[in-house]
Amino acid sequence: MDVAPIAPAAPPLTALRHKHLLGIADLSAEEIVLVLDTAEAMKEVGQRTIKKVPTLRGRTVINLFFEPSTRTRTSFEIAEKRLSADTLNVAIASSSVVKGETLVDTAMNLEAMSPSMIVLRHASSGACHLLARICKAAIVNAGDGMHEHPTQALLDAFTIRERKGRIAGLKIAIVGDLLHSRVLRSNVLLLTKLGADVWVCAPSTLIPPGMKQMGVRVTTRVEEAVKDADVIMMLRIQLERMQGAYFPSQREYFATFGMTEARVRLAKPDVIIMHPGPINRGVEIASEVADGKASVILDQVANGVAVRMAVLYLLAGGTEHEAAS
Amino acid sequence: MPVVMDAERISRALTRISHEILEHNRGLSDLALVGVRSRGVPIAQRLAGDIKNITGEDVAVGALDITLYRDDLMGASVGVAPMVRKTEIPFSIDGRTIVLVDDVLYTGRTTRAAMDALTDFGRPKSIQLVVLVDRGHRELPIKADYVGKNVPTSRQESVQVKLRELDGVDEVLLQGKG
Repeated sequence: MDVAPIAPAAPPLTALRHKHLLGIADLSAEEIVLVLDTAEAMKEVGQRTIKKVPTLRGRTVINLFFEPSTRTRTSFEIAEKRLSADTLNVAIASSSVVKGETLVDTAMNLEAMSPSMIVLRHASSGACHLLARICKAAIVNAGDGMHEHPTQALLDAFTIRERKGRIAGLKIAIVGDLLHSRVLRSNVLLLTKLGADVWVCAPSTLIPPGMKQMGVRVTTRVEEAVKDADVIMMLRIQLERMQGAYFPSQREYFATFGMTEARVRLAKPDVIIMHPGPINRGVEIASEVADGKASVILDQVANGVAVRMAVLYLLAGGTEHEAAS
Repeated sequence: MPVVMDAERISRALTRISHEILEHNRGLSDLALVGVRSRGVPIAQRLAGDIKNITGEDVAVGALDITLYRDDLMGASVGVAPMVRKTEIPFSIDGRTIVLVDDVLYTGRTTRAAMDALTDFGRPKSIQLVVLVDRGHRELPIKADYVGKNVPTSRQESVQVKLRELDGVDEVLLQGKG
Protein backbone atom coordinates (compact mmCIF):
# COMPACT_ATOMS: atom_id res chain seq x y z
CA MET A 1 0.00 0.00 0.00
CA ASP A 2 1.29 3.38 -0.91
CA VAL A 3 1.85 5.71 1.93
CA ALA A 4 0.64 9.17 1.03
CA PRO A 5 3.53 11.60 1.25
CA ILE A 6 3.18 13.98 4.14
CA ALA A 7 2.17 17.34 2.74
CA PRO A 8 4.88 19.88 3.47
CA ALA A 9 3.75 22.46 6.00
CA ALA A 10 2.75 25.75 4.41
CA PRO A 11 5.67 28.16 4.63
CA PRO A 12 5.22 30.57 7.50
CA LEU A 13 3.67 33.88 6.55
CA THR A 14 6.30 36.60 6.26
CA ALA A 15 4.29 39.46 4.80
CA LEU A 16 0.97 41.18 5.20
CA ARG A 17 -1.64 40.71 2.48
CA HIS A 18 -2.64 44.36 2.22
CA LYS A 19 -0.62 47.41 1.35
CA HIS A 20 -2.24 49.53 4.06
CA LEU A 21 -3.12 49.00 7.71
CA LEU A 22 -6.65 50.37 7.86
CA GLY A 23 -8.11 48.16 10.53
CA ILE A 24 -7.95 44.84 12.35
CA ALA A 25 -11.00 43.80 10.29
CA ASP A 26 -8.71 43.28 7.26
CA LEU A 27 -6.16 41.12 9.10
CA SER A 28 -6.22 37.34 9.49
CA ALA A 29 -5.21 35.69 12.76
CA GLU A 30 -2.01 34.62 11.01
CA GLU A 31 -1.16 38.19 10.02
CA ILE A 32 -1.81 39.41 13.56
CA VAL A 33 0.61 36.80 14.91
CA LEU A 34 3.17 37.89 12.30
CA VAL A 35 2.97 41.49 13.54
CA LEU A 36 3.33 40.34 17.17
CA ASP A 37 6.30 38.09 16.39
CA THR A 38 8.01 40.85 14.42
CA ALA A 39 7.38 43.26 17.30
CA GLU A 40 9.35 40.96 19.64
CA ALA A 41 12.45 41.47 17.51
CA MET A 42 11.74 45.21 17.39
CA LYS A 43 11.45 45.36 21.17
CA GLU A 44 15.02 44.08 21.43
CA VAL A 45 16.20 47.01 19.27
CA GLY A 46 14.64 49.38 21.83
CA GLN A 47 16.66 47.78 24.61
CA ARG A 48 20.02 48.41 22.96
CA THR A 49 22.34 51.31 23.79
CA ILE A 50 22.06 52.45 20.17
CA LYS A 51 18.31 52.22 19.57
CA LYS A 52 18.43 52.60 15.82
CA VAL A 53 18.65 50.32 12.80
CA PRO A 54 19.11 51.44 9.17
CA THR A 55 16.11 49.55 7.75
CA LEU A 56 13.93 52.41 6.47
CA ARG A 57 16.76 54.71 5.40
CA GLY A 58 15.61 57.01 2.61
CA ARG A 59 11.92 56.47 3.25
CA THR A 60 9.71 59.37 4.22
CA VAL A 61 6.84 58.93 6.65
CA ILE A 62 4.31 61.69 7.22
CA ASN A 63 2.38 61.76 10.48
CA LEU A 64 -0.85 63.51 9.63
CA PHE A 65 -2.80 64.13 12.83
CA PHE A 66 -6.18 65.86 12.69
CA GLU A 67 -6.92 65.12 16.34
CA PRO A 68 -4.90 65.80 19.45
CA SER A 69 -2.63 62.94 20.46
CA THR A 70 0.47 62.66 22.61
CA ARG A 71 0.97 58.97 23.05
CA THR A 72 0.16 57.68 19.59
CA ARG A 73 1.93 60.42 17.65
CA THR A 74 5.06 60.28 19.80
CA SER A 75 5.05 56.50 19.64
CA PHE A 76 4.84 56.47 15.84
CA GLU A 77 7.53 59.11 15.58
CA ILE A 78 9.92 57.19 17.82
CA ALA A 79 9.19 53.98 15.91
CA GLU A 80 9.92 55.73 12.59
CA LYS A 81 13.16 57.25 13.90
CA ARG A 82 14.36 53.93 15.32
CA LEU A 83 13.97 52.47 11.83
CA SER A 84 15.87 55.47 10.32
CA ALA A 85 12.93 56.79 8.29
CA ASP A 86 12.71 60.52 7.64
CA THR A 87 9.65 61.69 9.52
CA LEU A 88 7.64 64.81 9.54
CA ASN A 89 4.60 65.78 11.52
CA VAL A 90 1.69 67.74 10.16
CA ALA A 91 -0.42 68.98 13.01
CA ILE A 92 -3.80 70.44 12.31
CA ALA A 93 -3.28 73.75 14.13
CA SER A 94 -0.35 74.70 11.88
CA SER A 95 -1.62 73.22 8.61
CA SER A 96 -3.61 74.57 5.68
CA VAL A 97 -6.64 72.78 7.06
CA VAL A 98 -7.31 75.87 9.17
CA LYS A 99 -7.49 77.78 5.86
CA GLY A 100 -10.26 75.46 4.70
CA GLU A 101 -8.37 72.82 2.73
CA THR A 102 -10.16 69.47 2.51
CA LEU A 103 -8.65 66.17 3.65
CA VAL A 104 -8.37 64.97 0.06
CA ASP A 105 -6.59 68.13 -1.11
CA THR A 106 -4.21 68.01 1.83
CA ALA A 107 -3.47 64.36 1.09
CA MET A 108 -2.96 64.96 -2.65
CA ASN A 109 -0.47 67.71 -1.91
CA LEU A 110 1.45 65.61 0.57
CA GLU A 111 1.32 62.72 -1.89
CA ALA A 112 2.95 64.93 -4.55
CA MET A 113 6.05 64.98 -2.33
CA SER A 114 6.30 61.16 -2.58
CA PRO A 115 6.15 59.91 0.98
CA SER A 116 6.39 56.13 1.45
CA MET A 117 3.80 56.11 4.18
CA ILE A 118 1.19 58.35 5.74
CA VAL A 119 0.14 57.76 9.34
CA LEU A 120 -3.33 59.28 9.69
CA ARG A 121 -5.39 60.21 12.73
CA HIS A 122 -8.76 61.73 11.89
CA ALA A 123 -12.06 62.40 13.65
CA SER A 124 -14.11 60.86 10.82
CA SER A 125 -14.61 57.11 10.58
CA GLY A 126 -13.39 55.93 7.18
CA ALA A 127 -10.92 58.79 6.57
CA CYS A 128 -8.11 56.26 6.18
CA HIS A 129 -10.06 54.21 3.66
CA LEU A 130 -10.63 57.36 1.65
CA LEU A 131 -6.90 58.17 1.56
CA ALA A 132 -6.02 54.57 0.74
CA ARG A 133 -8.11 54.86 -2.41
CA ILE A 134 -6.41 58.02 -3.67
CA CYS A 135 -2.82 57.76 -2.38
CA LYS A 136 0.10 55.71 -3.64
CA ALA A 137 1.66 55.89 -0.18
CA ALA A 138 0.82 53.14 2.31
CA ILE A 139 -1.74 54.41 4.83
CA VAL A 140 -1.50 53.49 8.50
CA ASN A 141 -4.61 54.13 10.55
CA ALA A 142 -3.68 55.84 13.82
CA GLY A 143 -7.33 56.14 14.83
CA ASP A 144 -10.28 57.14 12.67
CA GLY A 145 -13.39 58.46 14.39
CA MET A 146 -15.28 55.71 16.20
CA HIS A 147 -14.14 53.10 13.71
CA GLU A 148 -10.75 51.53 14.44
CA HIS A 149 -7.38 52.07 16.10
CA PRO A 150 -5.52 48.98 14.91
CA THR A 151 -2.05 49.67 16.32
CA GLN A 152 -3.55 50.14 19.79
CA ALA A 153 -5.21 46.72 19.61
CA LEU A 154 -1.97 45.17 18.34
CA LEU A 155 0.06 46.64 21.19
CA ASP A 156 -2.59 45.50 23.69
CA ALA A 157 -2.41 41.99 22.27
CA PHE A 158 1.39 42.10 22.39
CA THR A 159 1.26 43.12 26.06
CA ILE A 160 -1.24 40.37 26.92
CA ARG A 161 0.81 37.74 25.10
CA GLU A 162 3.98 38.94 26.81
CA ARG A 163 2.40 38.60 30.26
CA LYS A 164 0.19 35.55 29.76
CA GLY A 165 2.05 33.67 27.04
CA ARG A 166 -1.12 33.34 24.97
CA ILE A 167 -4.41 35.01 24.08
CA ALA A 168 -6.66 32.05 23.18
CA GLY A 169 -8.90 30.99 26.04
CA LEU A 170 -8.23 34.00 28.29
CA LYS A 171 -11.17 35.79 29.86
CA ILE A 172 -10.77 39.43 28.92
CA ALA A 173 -13.15 42.02 30.41
CA ILE A 174 -13.41 45.35 28.63
CA VAL A 175 -15.09 48.00 30.78
CA GLY A 176 -15.88 51.63 29.97
CA ASP A 177 -17.19 53.84 27.20
CA LEU A 178 -17.88 51.21 24.55
CA LEU A 179 -20.03 53.49 22.43
CA HIS A 180 -17.42 56.05 21.40
CA SER A 181 -14.44 53.73 21.41
CA ARG A 182 -12.44 52.80 18.32
CA VAL A 183 -10.05 51.01 20.70
CA LEU A 184 -12.92 48.73 21.72
CA ARG A 185 -13.79 47.87 18.14
CA SER A 186 -10.24 47.03 17.12
CA ASN A 187 -9.65 45.07 20.32
CA VAL A 188 -12.84 43.02 20.02
CA LEU A 189 -12.03 42.15 16.40
CA LEU A 190 -8.49 41.16 17.28
CA LEU A 191 -9.12 39.27 20.52
CA THR A 192 -12.00 37.24 19.08
CA LYS A 193 -9.90 36.36 16.01
CA LEU A 194 -7.26 34.97 18.36
CA GLY A 195 -9.80 33.00 20.38
CA ALA A 196 -10.16 34.97 23.62
CA ASP A 197 -13.34 34.90 25.72
CA VAL A 198 -14.23 38.59 25.57
CA TRP A 199 -16.70 40.31 27.90
CA VAL A 200 -17.73 43.93 27.53
CA CYS A 201 -19.37 46.01 30.23
CA ALA A 202 -20.83 49.52 30.36
CA PRO A 203 -24.00 51.36 31.34
CA SER A 204 -26.67 50.42 28.80
CA THR A 205 -26.53 53.95 27.33
CA LEU A 206 -22.89 53.39 26.35
CA ILE A 207 -23.28 49.95 24.72
CA PRO A 208 -23.35 50.23 20.93
CA PRO A 209 -25.78 48.02 18.99
CA GLY A 210 -24.49 44.80 17.49
CA MET A 211 -21.99 43.87 20.21
CA LYS A 212 -23.31 40.32 20.53
CA GLN A 213 -22.90 39.79 16.79
CA MET A 214 -19.19 40.61 17.24
CA GLY A 215 -18.85 37.44 19.31
CA VAL A 216 -18.56 38.96 22.77
CA ARG A 217 -20.62 38.68 25.94
CA VAL A 218 -22.32 41.85 27.09
CA THR A 219 -23.20 42.81 30.65
CA THR A 220 -24.05 45.93 32.61
CA ARG A 221 -22.78 44.37 35.86
CA VAL A 222 -19.08 45.08 36.25
CA GLU A 223 -18.73 42.34 38.90
CA GLU A 224 -19.92 39.75 36.40
CA ALA A 225 -17.52 41.02 33.74
CA VAL A 226 -14.41 40.94 35.93
CA LYS A 227 -15.16 37.68 37.79
CA ASP A 228 -12.23 35.30 37.21
CA ALA A 229 -10.91 37.55 34.44
CA ASP A 230 -7.31 37.10 33.25
CA VAL A 231 -7.23 40.61 31.83
CA ILE A 232 -9.20 43.75 32.70
CA MET A 233 -9.04 46.36 29.98
CA MET A 234 -10.39 49.76 30.94
CA LEU A 235 -11.61 52.25 28.37
CA ARG A 236 -11.54 55.97 28.93
CA ILE A 237 -14.79 57.79 29.60
CA GLN A 238 -14.53 60.26 26.77
CA LEU A 239 -15.56 63.33 28.71
CA GLU A 240 -15.29 65.48 25.58
CA ARG A 241 -18.00 63.38 23.91
CA MET A 242 -20.34 63.29 26.89
CA GLN A 243 -22.68 66.10 25.88
CA GLY A 244 -25.54 63.61 25.86
CA ALA A 245 -26.72 62.47 29.29
CA TYR A 246 -25.21 58.99 29.18
CA PHE A 247 -24.96 58.69 32.97
CA PRO A 248 -25.97 60.96 35.86
CA SER A 249 -22.53 62.00 37.10
CA GLN A 250 -18.87 61.02 37.00
CA ARG A 251 -19.15 60.16 40.68
CA GLU A 252 -22.03 57.80 40.10
CA TYR A 253 -20.22 56.23 37.17
CA PHE A 254 -17.22 55.54 39.36
CA ALA A 255 -19.41 54.07 42.09
CA THR A 256 -21.12 51.68 39.67
CA PHE A 257 -18.45 50.90 37.04
CA GLY A 258 -15.14 52.29 38.33
CA MET A 259 -12.31 49.80 38.68
CA THR A 260 -11.57 49.68 42.38
CA GLU A 261 -9.30 47.34 44.32
CA ALA A 262 -12.38 45.50 45.62
CA ARG A 263 -13.57 44.77 42.10
CA VAL A 264 -10.10 43.74 40.94
CA ARG A 265 -10.10 41.12 43.72
CA LEU A 266 -12.98 39.33 41.95
CA ALA A 267 -10.66 38.58 39.03
CA LYS A 268 -7.92 35.93 38.94
CA PRO A 269 -5.06 36.62 41.38
CA ASP A 270 -2.66 37.20 38.47
CA VAL A 271 -5.00 39.52 36.55
CA ILE A 272 -3.42 42.36 34.60
CA ILE A 273 -5.02 45.81 34.34
CA MET A 274 -4.79 47.64 31.05
CA HIS A 275 -5.80 51.08 29.83
CA PRO A 276 -5.05 52.72 26.47
CA GLY A 277 -4.71 56.14 28.13
CA PRO A 278 -5.12 58.90 28.87
CA ILE A 279 -6.64 57.77 32.16
CA ASN A 280 -9.27 59.67 34.14
CA ARG A 281 -8.33 58.90 37.73
CA GLY A 282 -11.38 58.51 39.92
CA VAL A 283 -13.73 58.25 36.91
CA GLU A 284 -13.14 54.88 35.28
CA ILE A 285 -10.23 53.72 37.38
CA ALA A 286 -9.04 54.24 40.96
CA SER A 287 -5.51 55.58 41.34
CA GLU A 288 -4.50 52.58 43.49
CA VAL A 289 -5.44 50.28 40.61
CA ALA A 290 -3.86 52.39 37.87
CA ASP A 291 -0.60 52.56 39.83
CA GLY A 292 -0.86 49.11 41.43
CA LYS A 293 1.31 46.11 40.73
CA ALA A 294 -1.23 44.44 38.44
CA SER A 295 -1.20 47.50 36.18
CA VAL A 296 0.59 47.13 32.85
CA ILE A 297 -0.47 50.55 31.56
CA LEU A 298 3.08 51.81 31.10
CA ASP A 299 4.18 48.49 29.54
CA GLN A 300 1.50 49.12 26.93
CA VAL A 301 3.08 52.46 26.10
CA ALA A 302 6.55 50.93 25.88
CA ASN A 303 5.32 48.08 23.70
CA GLY A 304 3.54 50.55 21.42
CA VAL A 305 6.84 51.61 19.90
CA ALA A 306 7.89 48.01 19.12
CA VAL A 307 4.52 47.15 17.60
CA ARG A 308 4.50 50.27 15.42
CA MET A 309 8.05 49.50 14.25
CA ALA A 310 6.80 46.06 13.26
CA VAL A 311 3.86 47.51 11.32
CA LEU A 312 6.04 50.05 9.49
CA TYR A 313 8.61 47.40 8.67
CA LEU A 314 6.05 44.92 7.36
CA LEU A 315 4.24 47.54 5.26
CA ALA A 316 7.51 48.90 3.85
CA GLY A 317 8.52 45.42 2.81
CA GLY A 318 5.58 45.07 0.45
CA THR A 319 2.77 42.56 0.22
CA GLU A 320 2.82 38.89 -0.65
CA HIS A 321 0.87 39.74 -3.77
CA GLU A 322 3.55 42.14 -5.00
CA ALA A 323 6.25 39.55 -4.35
CA ALA A 324 4.51 36.99 -6.51
CA SER A 325 4.17 39.27 -9.51
CA MET B 1 21.64 16.09 -5.53
CA PRO B 2 25.33 15.92 -4.59
CA VAL B 3 26.17 15.89 -0.90
CA VAL B 4 29.33 17.92 -0.48
CA MET B 5 29.64 17.40 3.29
CA ASP B 6 28.10 14.69 5.45
CA ALA B 7 27.66 14.67 9.24
CA GLU B 8 31.13 13.32 9.96
CA ARG B 9 32.80 15.80 7.66
CA ILE B 10 30.92 18.71 9.23
CA SER B 11 31.85 17.54 12.70
CA ARG B 12 35.55 17.15 11.80
CA ALA B 13 35.62 20.56 10.11
CA LEU B 14 34.15 22.26 13.18
CA THR B 15 36.60 20.52 15.52
CA ARG B 16 39.48 21.67 13.31
CA ILE B 17 38.13 25.23 13.26
CA SER B 18 37.87 25.18 17.08
CA HIS B 19 41.58 24.31 17.27
CA GLU B 20 42.39 27.01 14.73
CA ILE B 21 40.46 29.64 16.70
CA LEU B 22 42.37 28.74 19.86
CA GLU B 23 45.72 28.67 18.07
CA HIS B 24 45.14 31.93 16.23
CA ASN B 25 43.97 33.80 19.34
CA ARG B 26 46.45 32.12 21.72
CA GLY B 27 43.69 31.01 24.02
CA LEU B 28 40.27 32.21 24.98
CA SER B 29 40.76 35.54 26.69
CA ASP B 30 38.09 38.06 25.64
CA LEU B 31 36.76 35.77 22.93
CA ALA B 32 33.05 35.45 22.12
CA LEU B 33 31.19 33.62 19.35
CA VAL B 34 28.28 35.31 17.57
CA GLY B 35 26.19 33.20 15.21
CA VAL B 36 24.30 34.82 12.34
CA ARG B 37 20.68 33.63 12.29
CA SER B 38 19.47 31.10 11.44
CA ARG B 39 22.13 28.45 10.82
CA GLY B 40 25.11 30.35 12.17
CA VAL B 41 23.68 30.03 15.68
CA PRO B 42 23.80 26.22 16.09
CA ILE B 43 27.22 26.18 14.39
CA ALA B 44 28.46 28.75 16.95
CA GLN B 45 27.04 26.62 19.77
CA ARG B 46 28.82 23.52 18.45
CA LEU B 47 32.11 25.42 18.22
CA ALA B 48 31.62 26.54 21.83
CA GLY B 49 31.05 22.89 22.78
CA ASP B 50 34.23 21.80 20.97
CA ILE B 51 36.22 24.61 22.59
CA LYS B 52 34.93 23.51 26.00
CA ASN B 53 36.02 19.92 25.25
CA ILE B 54 39.50 21.11 24.35
CA THR B 55 40.10 23.71 27.05
CA GLY B 56 37.51 22.97 29.71
CA GLU B 57 36.45 26.61 29.53
CA ASP B 58 33.15 28.19 28.54
CA VAL B 59 33.00 30.73 25.75
CA ALA B 60 30.13 33.22 25.41
CA VAL B 61 27.74 32.67 22.49
CA GLY B 62 25.35 35.24 21.01
CA ALA B 63 22.83 35.26 18.16
CA LEU B 64 22.64 38.05 15.59
CA ASP B 65 19.68 38.71 13.29
CA ILE B 66 20.84 40.87 10.40
CA THR B 67 17.50 41.38 8.63
CA LEU B 68 17.18 45.04 9.64
CA TYR B 69 20.66 45.72 8.19
CA ARG B 70 20.25 44.06 4.81
CA ASP B 71 21.07 46.22 1.79
CA ASP B 72 18.59 44.47 -0.49
CA LEU B 73 15.61 44.83 1.83
CA MET B 74 14.14 48.15 0.85
CA GLY B 75 15.25 48.24 -2.77
CA ALA B 76 12.77 48.56 -5.60
CA SER B 77 11.84 45.03 -6.57
CA VAL B 78 13.12 42.56 -4.03
CA GLY B 79 9.67 41.54 -2.88
CA VAL B 80 8.60 40.85 0.65
CA ALA B 81 10.53 41.70 3.75
CA PRO B 82 11.94 38.62 5.44
CA MET B 83 10.91 37.67 8.96
CA VAL B 84 12.81 39.59 11.61
CA ARG B 85 13.92 37.65 14.63
CA LYS B 86 15.53 38.62 17.90
CA THR B 87 19.18 39.47 18.32
CA GLU B 88 20.48 38.05 21.59
CA ILE B 89 23.93 39.19 22.66
CA PRO B 90 23.83 38.87 26.46
CA PHE B 91 27.35 40.26 27.00
CA SER B 92 29.31 43.42 26.19
CA ILE B 93 31.27 43.18 22.96
CA ASP B 94 33.45 46.20 23.80
CA GLY B 95 37.14 45.33 23.59
CA ARG B 96 36.40 41.68 22.84
CA THR B 97 37.46 39.51 19.95
CA ILE B 98 34.20 38.58 18.24
CA VAL B 99 34.16 35.48 16.08
CA LEU B 100 31.23 35.79 13.67
CA VAL B 101 29.82 32.44 12.58
CA ASP B 102 27.75 31.80 9.45
CA ASP B 103 26.87 28.76 7.39
CA VAL B 104 27.68 29.92 3.84
CA LEU B 105 29.88 32.74 2.56
CA TYR B 106 28.74 33.85 -0.89
CA THR B 107 28.52 37.52 -1.96
CA GLY B 108 29.73 38.80 1.42
CA ARG B 109 26.67 41.03 1.85
CA THR B 110 25.37 39.13 4.88
CA THR B 111 28.77 39.50 6.52
CA ARG B 112 28.78 43.22 5.74
CA ALA B 113 25.34 43.55 7.35
CA ALA B 114 26.48 41.47 10.34
CA MET B 115 29.47 43.75 10.91
CA ASP B 116 27.23 46.82 10.73
CA ALA B 117 24.83 45.24 13.22
CA LEU B 118 27.66 44.24 15.57
CA THR B 119 29.16 47.71 15.67
CA ASP B 120 25.80 49.04 16.87
CA PHE B 121 26.36 46.96 20.00
CA GLY B 122 29.78 48.35 20.79
CA ARG B 123 33.39 48.42 19.62
CA PRO B 124 34.93 44.98 19.46
CA LYS B 125 38.72 44.67 19.54
CA SER B 126 38.53 42.65 16.34
CA ILE B 127 36.03 40.66 14.31
CA GLN B 128 36.93 37.29 12.79
CA LEU B 129 34.78 35.19 10.49
CA VAL B 130 33.98 31.46 10.50
CA VAL B 131 32.00 29.86 7.67
CA LEU B 132 31.13 26.22 7.19
CA VAL B 133 31.16 26.61 3.39
CA ASP B 134 32.83 29.22 1.18
CA ARG B 135 31.24 29.04 -2.26
CA GLY B 136 33.01 32.03 -3.87
CA HIS B 137 31.51 34.85 -5.97
CA ARG B 138 32.29 37.66 -3.56
CA GLU B 139 30.79 41.08 -4.32
CA LEU B 140 32.52 42.84 -1.43
CA PRO B 141 36.11 42.76 -0.15
CA ILE B 142 35.44 40.16 2.56
CA LYS B 143 37.39 37.01 3.41
CA ALA B 144 36.79 34.31 6.00
CA ASP B 145 39.43 33.57 8.65
CA TYR B 146 38.25 29.98 9.15
CA VAL B 147 36.59 27.86 6.45
CA GLY B 148 35.03 24.40 6.86
CA LYS B 149 35.20 23.63 3.16
CA ASN B 150 35.75 25.58 -0.04
CA VAL B 151 33.10 24.53 -2.58
CA PRO B 152 33.55 25.84 -6.12
CA THR B 153 30.11 26.70 -7.52
CA SER B 154 28.43 28.51 -10.36
CA ARG B 155 26.01 31.32 -9.61
CA GLN B 156 23.14 29.18 -10.89
CA GLU B 157 23.74 26.60 -8.19
CA SER B 158 22.66 26.91 -4.59
CA VAL B 159 24.32 25.56 -1.48
CA GLN B 160 22.00 24.24 1.20
CA VAL B 161 23.27 23.63 4.71
CA LYS B 162 21.15 21.37 6.89
CA LEU B 163 21.79 21.09 10.62
CA ARG B 164 20.22 18.60 12.99
CA GLU B 165 19.14 21.34 15.43
CA LEU B 166 16.96 22.96 12.76
CA ASP B 167 16.57 20.40 9.98
CA GLY B 168 16.97 17.06 11.75
CA VAL B 169 20.04 16.09 9.72
CA ASP B 170 23.63 17.29 9.20
CA GLU B 171 24.58 17.74 5.55
CA VAL B 172 25.62 20.25 2.94
CA LEU B 173 24.01 19.92 -0.50
CA LEU B 174 24.82 21.49 -3.84
CA GLN B 175 21.67 22.03 -5.89
CA GLY B 176 20.51 23.00 -9.36
CA LYS B 177 23.49 22.77 -11.64
CA GLY B 178 22.93 25.44 -14.28
